Amino acid sequence: MNEGSSKYHALDASRCIGCTHCMKSCPTEAIRVVNGLAVIDHERCVYCGQCHRACPTHAFYVVQDDLAMIRSFKYRVILFPSIMIGQFPEKYSEDQIYDGLKKVGFTHVYEVEQPMQVLIDSINEVLTDKETPKPAISIYCPAIVRLIQGRYPSLTENLILRKAPHNLAAHFAIEQLMLEGALREEIGLFYATPCIAKIAAVKSPVGESESIVDGIVNMNQLYNEVMKVISEGEAEDNSVQRQNLSAEGITWSLTRGESCHFGSRSIAIDGIHNAVRFLERLENDQVKGIDFIEMRACDQSCAGGILLTGNRFMTVERLERRAKRYPAAKDIPQDTIRANTEELKQKLILDPIVPKPHFAFGKERVKAMEKMNKAQRIVCFLPGIDCGACGAPNCHALAEDMVNNKAKMSDCTFLQQMWVGEDKINARKAFLNIQKKWGTDRFKADCNKRGRRNEGF
Amino acid sequence: MKLLFSIQGGDFTHAGHPSSEVKKVLKQLDIDGKTIKNIVIALYEAEVNVVAHAWKGTVSVEIDENKITIWVEDEGPGIADIDLAMQAGYSTASTKVRAMGFGAGMGLPNMKKNADELLIESEVDKGTKVKMVNYF
Repeated sequence: MNEGSSKYHALDASRCIGCTHCMKSCPTEAIRVVNGLAVIDHERCVYCGQCHRACPTHAFYVVQDDLAMIRSFKYRVILFPSIMIGQFPEKYSEDQIYDGLKKVGFTHVYEVEQPMQVLIDSINEVLTDKETPKPAISIYCPAIVRLIQGRYPSLTENLILRKAPHNLAAHFAIEQLMLEGALREEIGLFYATPCIAKIAAVKSPVGESESIVDGIVNMNQLYNEVMKVISEGEAEDNSVQRQNLSAEGITWSLTRGESCHFGSRSIAIDGIHNAVRFLERLENDQVKGIDFIEMRACDQSCAGGILLTGNRFMTVERLERRAKRYPAAKDIPQDTIRANTEELKQKLILDPIVPKPHFAFGKERVKAMEKMNKAQRIVCFLPGIDCGACGAPNCHALAEDMVNNKAKMSDCTFLQQMWVGEDKINARKAFLNIQKKWGTDRFKADCNKRGRRNEGF
Repeated sequence: MKLLFSIQGGDFTHAGHPSSEVKKVLKQLDIDGKTIKNIVIALYEAEVNVVAHAWKGTVSVEIDENKITIWVEDEGPGIADIDLAMQAGYSTASTKVRAMGFGAGMGLPNMKKNADELLIESEVDKGTKVKMVNYF
């Protein structure tokens, strides 16, 4: 396990019931159940959050920064995607929400999708460049970037090397505050995240030398903090902090929020499993004539992020309605932006994104072929029902684990049962094997044991 | 190692399954991404040819340490003039097949472009045998 990247999400062992739901839903087969608990292989994990969604006991948690750390800065900026506004009940106005964020302790409140025209122009520059391989794929969703690096390495060259809105807003906020007389070291930038993928993207960015943001705030937690202090009455007018916000910016994080602006033919895909199926086609060169692809790991894009409180469909509705009240990005006058847009554009350029294939059986081809042949022979003996009782997501994954010395034939309960019937192993030994995989307590008659309470099903 | 698949003529829904499976294996062998892409494109074109023109066919794949050999063999109408069929844009595909977005006459040229070696044998009213080799 890679300890370096394990800090973004982890498993609470006291909650995990070892039920295989997460293991079955993982798009990169990164989870196994060992000793009755889910174990994440962080080398394979793309931070899509499917395991969080699938878990009936909410055993996965996000590792985050302490909100108290903001106090060490004079200028405390909260950067948050527009979907945050969509989390709150209708009765709270934008100003009441902004006001609430200030009461929580921030001095400046910035929605990240501004000034959007800078990013739109920047992406268009990439698309009009004849050297750009088509279809060009947006890097907006960090889980998709990691999925492509690991599972579709040949498509990394299609990724558009322009940073995401949170970088845009971070650079923009710094410039604005320094115009007001702030020193760079006095400014603390904090990003409110709707998902784990964005945490990973901010903390260990792909294609950037270092992260521009000083800390991460979980949007769930921030929502709860704001709800404690939000005023029911009239709030101070904070609209000056939103004067660069556009209709495009507000809907950017929703499905089709990006793709509708680019290329003569574009496609928008949401949901990680949809993305997997589409990337498979794309890699086989079965997708012709498309210029731009928007791809997000969550259903309904960021409105479906795992760290959100509100219902994703209601969030989409509120944002779409809100966008109608805001001007188009191109209609926001240059003197309102008060920033050097050419310089901002330069800052948005990403370094090349390199493939990181995770699925190879090692570097030595002859050995790898031997392992694959062996795995194929093993699969012939497995039942092929992909039950997960061995602790691997399917029979094929178990066979692969076996040739990598991470599992053995007797992990398959069906084979074991057959061997017991054939008197090849004794029943006692077979039972001990199962206990080793699923823990000793699983078979005790106890109406309060883990898994008995059916939490959340 | 060897892999074997069968293809049903006219079944466009499932065309692409052999190429996806072969791709998965090549990735596990840590073959370079560009090489995989060439192989998969060539194989997919060959598959579509069988689906679009023939009655049924098989794909057999043999992977060695330094190369992959793919045989695509079908029972079908065969190709009367292989040189003509190799020309970009030449197509005998039916209107129905073209309406599905296939049959633009780029299949064989695309296979030639993406395979390191391509060998085609065909007998009219019997079938076609294609052998493609790519080196890693």
